[in-house]
Amino acid sequence: MSSWPILSLVTFLPLVGALFCLVVNGPKEAVDRNCRSVALVTSIVTFLISLLLWVRFDVTRPGFQFEEKLDWVPALGIGYHMGIDGISLFFVLLSTLLTPICILSSWEAVHVRVKEYMVAFLVLETFMVGMFCALDLALFYVFFEGVLIPMFLIIGVWGGARRVYAAFKFFLYTLLGSVLMLLAIITIYWQLGTTDLPTAMEQLNLPFIWQCWLWLAFFASFAVKVPMWPVHTWLPDAHVEAPTAGSVILAGVLLKMGGYGFLRLSIPLLPEATQYFAPLIFGLSVVAVIYTSLVALVQEDMKKLIAYSSVAHMGVVTIGAFILNIQGVQGSLFLMLSHGIVSAALFLCVGVVYDRMHTHEIAVFGGLVHRMPRYAFTFLLFTLASIGLPGLSGFVGEFLVLLGAFKANTWVATLATTGLILGAAYALWLYRQIIFGELTKDSLKAILDMNRREVAVFLPLVLLTVWMGIYPNSFLDPMAASVDKLVGDYQAAIKLARTAALP
Amino acid sequence: MDLAIKLIVLLPLVAAAIAGLFCRIIGDRPAQIVTCAALLIAAALSIFVFVRIGFGPENAKLVVVKLFTWMDSGTLAIDWSLRVDTLTAVMFIVVNVVSSMVHVYSVGYMAEDPGIPRFMSYLSLFTFFMLMLVTSDNLVQLFFGWEGVGLASYLLIGFWYDKKSANDAAIKAFIVNRVGDFGFALGIFAVWMLSGSVGFAEIFAKGPDMAHMRIHFLGMDLPALETACLLLFIGAMGKSAQLGLHTWLPDAMEGPTPVSALIHAATMVTAGVFMVVRLSPLFELAPITSAFITLIGGATAFFAATIGITQFDIKKVVAYSTCSQLGYMFFAAGVGSYSAAIFHLMTHGFFKSLLFLCSGSVITCLHHEQDMRKMGGVREKTPQTFVLMWIGTLALSGIGVPYVLGEGIGFAGFYSKDAMIESAYGVHTTVGLIAFWLGTVAAFLTALYSTRLMFMTFYGKYRGDHHTWEHAHESPAVMLLPLYVLGIGAALSGLVAYDWFVGSDWAHFWGTSSIAVKSTGEVLHQAHEVPVWVKLAPLVFALCGIALSYLCYIAMPQLPALVVKRFPGIYALFYNKWYFDEIYDVVFVKPALALGRILWKKGDGATINGLGPDNIAARAQDMAGVLSRFQSGYLYHYAFVMLVGVAGLVTYFMLAS
Repeated sequence: MSSWPILSLVTFLPLVGALFCLVVNGPKEAVDRNCRSVALVTSIVTFLISLLLWVRFDVTRPGFQFEEKLDWVPALGIGYHMGIDGISLFFVLLSTLLTPICILSSWEAVHVRVKEYMVAFLVLETFMVGMFCALDLALFYVFFEGVLIPMFLIIGVWGGARRVYAAFKFFLYTLLGSVLMLLAIITIYWQLGTTDLPTAMEQLNLPFIWQCWLWLAFFASFAVKVPMWPVHTWLPDAHVEAPTAGSVILAGVLLKMGGYGFLRLSIPLLPEATQYFAPLIFGLSVVAVIYTSLVALVQEDMKKLIAYSSVAHMGVVTIGAFILNIQGVQGSLFLMLSHGIVSAALFLCVGVVYDRMHTHEIAVFGGLVHRMPRYAFTFLLFTLASIGLPGLSGFVGEFLVLLGAFKANTWVATLATTGLILGAAYALWLYRQIIFGELTKDSLKAILDMNRREVAVFLPLVLLTVWMGIYPNSFLDPMAASVDKLVGDYQAAIKLARTAALP
Repeated sequence: MDLAIKLIVLLPLVAAAIAGLFCRIIGDRPAQIVTCAALLIAAALSIFVFVRIGFGPENAKLVVVKLFTWMDSGTLAIDWSLRVDTLTAVMFIVVNVVSSMVHVYSVGYMAEDPGIPRFMSYLSLFTFFMLMLVTSDNLVQLFFGWEGVGLASYLLIGFWYDKKSANDAAIKAFIVNRVGDFGFALGIFAVWMLSGSVGFAEIFAKGPDMAHMRIHFLGMDLPALETACLLLFIGAMGKSAQLGLHTWLPDAMEGPTPVSALIHAATMVTAGVFMVVRLSPLFELAPITSAFITLIGGATAFFAATIGITQFDIKKVVAYSTCSQLGYMFFAAGVGSYSAAIFHLMTHGFFKSLLFLCSGSVITCLHHEQDMRKMGGVREKTPQTFVLMWIGTLALSGIGVPYVLGEGIGFAGFYSKDAMIESAYGVHTTVGLIAFWLGTVAAFLTALYSTRLMFMTFYGKYRGDHHTWEHAHESPAVMLLPLYVLGIGAALSGLVAYDWFVGSDWAHFWGTSSIAVKSTGEVLHQAHEVPVWVKLAPLVFALCGIALSYLCYIAMPQLPALVVKRFPGIYALFYNKWYFDEIYDVVFVKPALALGRILWKKGDGATINGLGPDNIAARAQDMAGVLSRFQSGYLYHYAFVMLVGVAGLVTYFMLAS
């Protein structure tokens, strides 16, 4: 469709910007300023180019588009294969959108090692985009793991007081899962003699017991990323210690890698095991929704509360992915997208007051509406989106998932729907503690409302949240064909396995 | 026509956006002008649409304006559309007339508030959501409006956000409503699963099929339609503050009084009744759920009235009264008298918003005093409010003269309440009879508490502090004018609209596309056939209530204290609202928070982190410590370990061979 490698361009352009940053030299002031500008311009250009993907995306085609294929290690059958379909398209856009927003939000907040900070974000962007585009298991693995390194550094270097503990916890959790995923990928390679993903989707046909082992290996990696209960405990710590922009990427994109992994690898490659283990996913997800919502109710730190709410929302995402009907999967994708924007925005909201007060303890704040009406409005909008108010983005995904889930299993749907009540409770409680009440604390008397730069950071997210809530079809339409294919292929595979099992 | 409908719905949104987003640029006065003008235009257009739809020919009784697609996913297709039929047209009148009057009234009531544009913006935003709710063509848009009015209610209850009590009440209202919405959402899912659609036309067509289906819900095998309707009704219970989910409504009185009049009396709280009537083609096929609705409605009508007679806060009395009147509407809908339920919804909209706004007038007159024990004799200061509030009270009590000019002549509630009570008796079912008696006794209590309010407030001697009394004054014209408009509604709407809603013209007025015609027709017919004593019972009970009230608060003021002393248990039960708040706090709120804390500290902290990452890290460190001790640097340590190793190997090979 396109004559030039647009996906590679989007993937590696940030790396070019990173190289630029690296060679910048001079007095600290100038270096900082230049690095910020280079990073911002690079990421904005990358975002604009990535918009072309959406514009030129053919919504009628279920398969991969914008494909690029080069030999990488031909002797081993490993190729550089990139491409996107309706499932990955918006994740690429989400990554390219959030990166410039992160860079802009750290404009004044980061003073130390600005150059390295910008380099880390640009490298991170390359890995994220690459991961969502990779169509070769080895390449996927490289990008998937690559993401860890800059993220580890962002938390460990620019984080809060307990940043080292949090960074190691993050690393330990995710690495443990990744090792198992590598084993699974090697196994698939031994079976097929190639790591090409579309080939594997067509040809991989493992015996049931093998499917189960591989499924568990992938699960170990993706469940940590999502994160699913009970391997979620790294997330609150990582968020609390990470700098604002780190939290934004963590909540906005990194958590989606788990859900994306399930949809891209586990379900199409291992359909029978998927069916076998779906109840496990439902069980863990339902526990996640209720358990973490209750935990969120009693948090004393803004970031921890939002982190726990993320786990609850991602519980709904995993339910949708494994319900495996069209509404469930589409809802799951949509909810990931919406959560990527809304939770990112909520962390940015925390960042706004953190930059002023240098804490995110809830008890420090109160009555901010008196001094910060613009902030109060923005925070309210995203709080409402987070609790799934119809007309904003959060509702559509949640509604579709639960609608699909009800058809498949009323227990799962009913228990997950309790999140509707608990979610409202903790989110509105947080909002009230921060924003409402009298402004009595001396430390807050001179706090300033959002400045122009901050408004610019939030404006695109506000517009997107409303757009996605009122006209979600802009996003649902491109997903539709690929989701149909995913669900159709899965059901065909299950049917085939059933008929084969009959004597 | 299409344009008029679009304007009716969208004008309030535009006004809300202008007043809300540009308030600091345009200032207070333009914000008031924009929102009031938008609402007055919408109200005028509503009357136009009402006449065209209500009295038009049968083929013009349903207009659906499709705006654009909302979401498509697989076979699920949802549009943003505006459906207007007779039911919606009636709601247009109620919502827009009351809302525009409340807007105008607020100009006076909120005159000294620093947040005028914000207040006007919220009011208009609320109206928009309410209009989206009543014009929805499918369950999901209904849910959109439903949650939207909940949001507006949350914002307006907590409008004075410096007050802790207001913030608490706002959150409580939202969350209790969400409990109802939980049921509503599950109901939507169930309907979609059964019928494959969420659009009203398609669902209603599938209704008879669904009545025969079964559903596996939470491990039980249940009749499908009954289950779906029951789940939907849970949503209605939350929004309309029915027994069990009513606790938020009295607390919602923390909001400014115009809000109470608009949202918590005339419009939003009636959304539950609207929903049941909108979905009446389904509910009439679900007899068990309908019986349940009848019982809940009857119980609420009675229960809320018992609390109403003991409260001293003037707004709380009216709030419990609203709760009670909503109960009436539900039992009418439960027995299948859908048009009577909507009839009362409309008359109630007028007289209850009138009562609230009159209370607001009294409250501002007495410098924000709401306790009736510190009032008395206020009629001297506010003669116009006094007369208007009597109109509201008599309308609420259902006073009129029967058998004059056909159906009799009286205030609005006289017609609508009788129609509901007669319907309940007329269906001759056990639940119908229970509802009839609960409703009749509640009519007695209604008259008692509402005239008690009048006597305590306007009669006798003033009991508050001297200073306030000297500054007390009648409200300005901008507040009185809306009262007159609503007063006309409270006095005449029953007389004028009786024939259209439940009288001889009902079949033509409602057409066939808006409510379940079959059961309505049957029940209305039976209601006209009831014995004379049934027709007279509510009126006689109400007159008794007024008489008792007169006795207690005018003739023998020492009497209430004696009654309280004689029956302390019952009084405490009523006065403390049957202890619902306390029970919920112990059963739900505290355990949820405690559980959260346990899961956080013990679950996440001790168990998962303790056994997982922290444990692994600690073991790894231990291991490193152990290993590092081996590297002591002393040669004889190394030699010793080597010897042990060699000895071990030798032993192994000897035993192996």
